[in-house]
Amino acid sequence: MATDLFYKTIAELGCLLETKAISSAELTQAVIARTKAVDGKIKAFNSFDEADALAQAGASDRRRAAGDARGILDGIPIGLKDVISAAGQPLTASSRMLANFVSPYDATVTARLKGAGAVIWGRLNCDEFAMGSSTENSAFGPTANPWDFSRVPGGSSGGSSAALAAGEAIATLGSDTGGSIRQPAALCGVLGLKPTYGLVSRYGLIAFASSLDQIGPLTRTAEDAAIMLGAIAGHDPLDSTSFKTDLPDYRAEATTRRGPWRLGIPKEYFGAGLDPEVNAAVEQAIAFYRGHGCEIKEVSLPHTQYCLDTYYIIATAEASSNLARYDGIRYGHRSKDATDALDIYFKSRAEGFGAEVKRRIILGTYVLSSGYYDAFYLRAQKVRTLIRQDFLNAYKEVDALLTPTSPMPAFKIGEKSDPLALYLCDIYTIGVNLAGLPALSVPCGFTGGGLPIGLQLIGRPFDEANLLAMAHTYEQAHGWSRRCPVL
Amino acid sequence: MSTAPDLDIEHVAKLARLALTAEEKATFSAQLGDVLHHIEQLAKVDVTGVEPTAHAFPLVNVWAEDVARSGLSAEAALRNAPVQRDHMVVVPKVVE
Repeated sequence: MATDLFYKTIAELGCLLETKAISSAELTQAVIARTKAVDGKIKAFNSFDEADALAQAGASDRRRAAGDARGILDGIPIGLKDVISAAGQPLTASSRMLANFVSPYDATVTARLKGAGAVIWGRLNCDEFAMGSSTENSAFGPTANPWDFSRVPGGSSGGSSAALAAGEAIATLGSDTGGSIRQPAALCGVLGLKPTYGLVSRYGLIAFASSLDQIGPLTRTAEDAAIMLGAIAGHDPLDSTSFKTDLPDYRAEATTRRGPWRLGIPKEYFGAGLDPEVNAAVEQAIAFYRGHGCEIKEVSLPHTQYCLDTYYIIATAEASSNLARYDGIRYGHRSKDATDALDIYFKSRAEGFGAEVKRRIILGTYVLSSGYYDAFYLRAQKVRTLIRQDFLNAYKEVDALLTPTSPMPAFKIGEKSDPLALYLCDIYTIGVNLAGLPALSVPCGFTGGGLPIGLQLIGRPFDEANLLAMAHTYEQAHGWSRRCPVL
Repeated sequence: MSTAPDLDIEHVAKLARLALTAEEKATFSAQLGDVLHHIEQLAKVDVTGVEPTAHAFPLVNVWAEDVARSGLSAEAALRNAPVQRDHMVVVPKVVE
């Protein structure tokens, strides 16, 4: 029920905390109790530190009592995907390789949330090293979808989306390399925002594919996503790809801009493979925006059919390079059976990595290897240019693009065992990462079987404020985000 | 499932410093054969005169002032080392 504290929004709880109707300790206790009650079924958490969370909540309450509250996030429990560093807490990437790793420092996003007074709460499950679309690749076991325990929550940020949908956190952070925030948000009925590449610092994020990765929030509403983005966005000298740009007041813009906007419908995103119930829900959302006065225009992104291949060359190439650091020497798993230094590399990596990570390392190493670099990697980088130009051409005519987030609602755990079939789950989200654009998924309905459906809005670079305003406008007329699963 | 004739999994696994079992070699060869077969369609795209994109936004070298700041202590930096002694990571002998 949305009357429970743990199902309220940041905006609502911020008011309750400000007026001292509740304390952060009460709120944090409620979230901890909820987590203990339901996480045996959901398994969204790899670990949590109750004493640490309560200590943070106590500090927040003392600040507020002294008149030093730091703003709307002060005292709000926020969960982190287990690829984002929090000093002194475990950081596993859901891998045996890092099963015993403890973060020596805070990621910039963690430091900024702490600076805003948020209570950092728990380590959330994901696909190993964020590689997957179902959270089934975790070394610690799959997470269940709160709407149907036999189904996946999506991935790779499946713990982040499931915990939020189950009331085990008020908001969470995920990371998105090819859809890993938006797709699990869609499958769990919450909002997920992937910011423009370079808007949010990657310092302290375990690297998967460095030219594609972005950290972003998962929240119940667009207003909450705007609050979270306002806290974590902005230039960071510790990330050399961090972009210097003026930031708007995201919350104010998201809740006051009303459009109407010119919305493009990319025809390539509505073809074969799209579930009819997902299609129908997205068509209704398009009708809503038309009724709101938006101009709806069909557009074409002609290189869409090449996104998947381009992505799997570039992402695996970068992953094979980034994951070379896990060699068993300075940190991470070291094989007990190794006889010399080279043997440590081979055996530690064999024992520490799961099957999907190994597959991607092999593919990435292959496409970068002598004799294949030009045919695969260099060609993919050129096609990436064409994919990005497709989007920028579309933005000459429209302000944003509107598509399904995922071609299908949540599928059964174990249903997709073939890697290629799983890769096809990401066909509507990966183009955004290749082009470096901002995009969000907002709940837009349910299937007849009661599974959530997500609508994706894709914007111009650094135009998060408009995307959030579009989502907020939609939410104001629909109650999807207020529905909670029965647990 | 198809097997990519070009994918010499023994060679690539060696480059990746990754020990694979015989079963993994067979499974990955078949699965990656399918993926590589899918990827072959990129050869159809006309990329004449197209510049490669490494990052979505053109960032050149980022400069920072050379200012000293404190980093991690030796204890903190070595906290996750699998084997350590006297503030050093212990590794097998690498030179004769």
